[in-house]
Amino acid sequence: MPDHKATLTSEAEIYGSTRRAFHLAVVYTLGALIGLAMAIPTILYLLVPPKPRKQSGWIDAGDISQLTPGVPVALSFQESRLDGWRLETEKKTAWVVKEPDNKIVAFGPQCTHLACAYHWDMPSGKFMCPCHGSYFSIEGKVLAGPAPRPLDRYATKIENNRLQIGELKQSAPNA
Amino acid sequence: MRKTFEQFIEDLDHRTGLHSGLRRFLYEEIPASSGWHQVFGSVALFLILIQFFTGAMLAFNYAPTPGDAYSSLRYILTEVTAGRLMRGLHHWGASMIIVIVVLHMVQVFLWGAYKKPREGTWIVGAILLLLTLAYGLTGYLLPWDNRAYFGTVVTTKIGATVPLLGPYVSRLLGSSGDIGVVTFARFYGLHVLLLPPATMLLIVLHVYLVRRHGVAPALGDDARPKKSFFPEQVFKDTVAVFVAFAILFIMAIAVRVPLERMADPTITSYTPRPEWYFLFLFQTLEVLRGAPDVIGTVVLPTIAILALMLTPFIDRSKLVRVRQRTLAAGIVLLAALGWGGLTGAAILGTPPPTAASQIDYSGPIQWMQLTPTELAGVHYFRQEKCATCHNITGDTPKTGPNLLNTSKRHDADWLMKHFMDPASVTKGSVMKPVDLSDTELKELLSLMMKLTPENGDVVDSAPDFAVNGALIFQKNSCGTCHSVNGVGGKIGRPLNGLAQRRNEAWVIQHFQNPQMLSPGSPMPSYKFTPSEMQDEVSYLFTLPDKAPGQ
Repeated sequence: MPDHKATLTSEAEIYGSTRRAFHLAVVYTLGALIGLAMAIPTILYLLVPPKPRKQSGWIDAGDISQLTPGVPVALSFQESRLDGWRLETEKKTAWVVKEPDNKIVAFGPQCTHLACAYHWDMPSGKFMCPCHGSYFSIEGKVLAGPAPRPLDRYATKIENNRLQIGELKQSAPNA
Repeated sequence: MRKTFEQFIEDLDHRTGLHSGLRRFLYEEIPASSGWHQVFGSVALFLILIQFFTGAMLAFNYAPTPGDAYSSLRYILTEVTAGRLMRGLHHWGASMIIVIVVLHMVQVFLWGAYKKPREGTWIVGAILLLLTLAYGLTGYLLPWDNRAYFGTVVTTKIGATVPLLGPYVSRLLGSSGDIGVVTFARFYGLHVLLLPPATMLLIVLHVYLVRRHGVAPALGDDARPKKSFFPEQVFKDTVAVFVAFAILFIMAIAVRVPLERMADPTITSYTPRPEWYFLFLFQTLEVLRGAPDVIGTVVLPTIAILALMLTPFIDRSKLVRVRQRTLAAGIVLLAALGWGGLTGAAILGTPPPTAASQIDYSGPIQWMQLTPTELAGVHYFRQEKCATCHNITGDTPKTGPNLLNTSKRHDADWLMKHFMDPASVTKGSVMKPVDLSDTELKELLSLMMKLTPENGDVVDSAPDFAVNGALIFQKNSCGTCHSVNGVGGKIGRPLNGLAQRRNEAWVIQHFQNPQMLSPGSPMPSYKFTPSEMQDEVSYLFTLPDKAPGQ
């Protein structure tokens, strides 16, 4: 192994300690500048997620002028969701009921017990979940079975006889 | 405090040998003649590390499959914080590496530093140059826009001309038919999984060989005292690295890397061009047109690569001063002239880019969704200087109200009355009546009813050629027979997707004499001035491939 000290001393005569200090200062300063110029964008890139883009609030679920009061109908509609760079379109369903006073209610399609798909049982006039035998009234109230809360409801509004569906809101637990 | 630190370093070194190892590496002795001309190797290494890093960063938001690759890159450019900078660094860094690696080789060549016993160092370096080019070739496809797609089609077609092996290579790359998922996956795998470790290994080998033989001395170095690599040469290397980095960083911020339309294999009118550092190869093929393909695609490149690899064995002369190496200087000069001439000729031979091909698809492109009526409205919006008193996108206080969401506040009748006599519907309005014809007012009105926070930038971002094109479209009532973006007549074919069906020359000829190209067509012929024709055709070629909602 060469003796560094010896070479450095002989070299110091031509190189000089002031120049050496200057060179060191420049190396560290420029190195730090490059490090900083890369670190700041990297931190921003990795740790500042893109702003979520506004989603269109209401989704058209179709014409409801033909609905018969008291007979629930499963309406399906397309919901678009922006997943990063991809626009995902999902088919969703709502059980829509026209109440006697012509008010419209849209229930989420899953049983509140373990999220099975329930259906309208025409003979008994109830919503029935086949998994564990929960029954719901046409207003969504739990009549029987293990369901802990009434059916969830979508926010709705009517425009030109067409149902607009909004967010699905979780219902309050059974009293 | 200082003492504890020194003790810590000493203890650490006792257990790992890191510190003394680093010292041994840094305090290497180098010849007295070493200096500024030897900085390029360090700069190349630095730039490769930048490529590794920015490449890894891009992978966090990039989906490596055709289609998704494009949308995810667009996502990086438009949504991700500092995404445009990361991509800019990676893109311009790639070009810069080529420049620096070539300068590095030219320096070694001019000084004759490849001579015995350094032949191996040179050959490993030459392989590294080829790997660098392989990065460029495979990375070119990854944005999956038209430029990437059609450029790679040419590359794979060239690969297919290799005698005997050609068809096999092209099957291996999944490109015997069209380029698709298979080729993409192969290129991506090479670019990010195989090439980087191979590069790393060869760099380690390259640097090991440099250290083993020491930095190449010049004549007379024996008589002079040696220098230490650290800090004198490290200082020079660092300054060079910093200059390179500063240029790269500024380019990444200031020079936009364009993103073209998503790759569409059905287009027939696209003129592909390779990246600038491959243009000379491209031009060589042009020059050799008529000769068998293999000469330009296989024979000449093979000779060039062999000559490069065998340089240390061809030139076995004794070490002389760099000024006396006139033959070497002559070869470099000749190569530079040849390269420059071919590249220049290729640039001159490139047809001028059309307005449509220059649109940056990573910028605002909402204006493409407008109907011709609405887009013509942009012309009148600008002509009447509506933005003097009304805000659209800005928020400096102005006399009139913000015009976004006009359609939510007023209907068309109200707005028409407002245009003709503002004070009649808005008491105390200081706005002057808009002095336009009925048709023109209707176009302005349709734009007003369209503006929302999502598309408000159209009044600024719609390019002039497109606005003029829409204006010509309106004045000639093209919409009576043709639909654009779902609006218009059904007698003629919808104009969305025209770019996929026809090339510009065809469309120009069709305007002048429809029946010649489409016998029996009821379309009248149109006499446009050359600039009108250019705007109109460019406009039609930027329409989305499909009308919205289809």
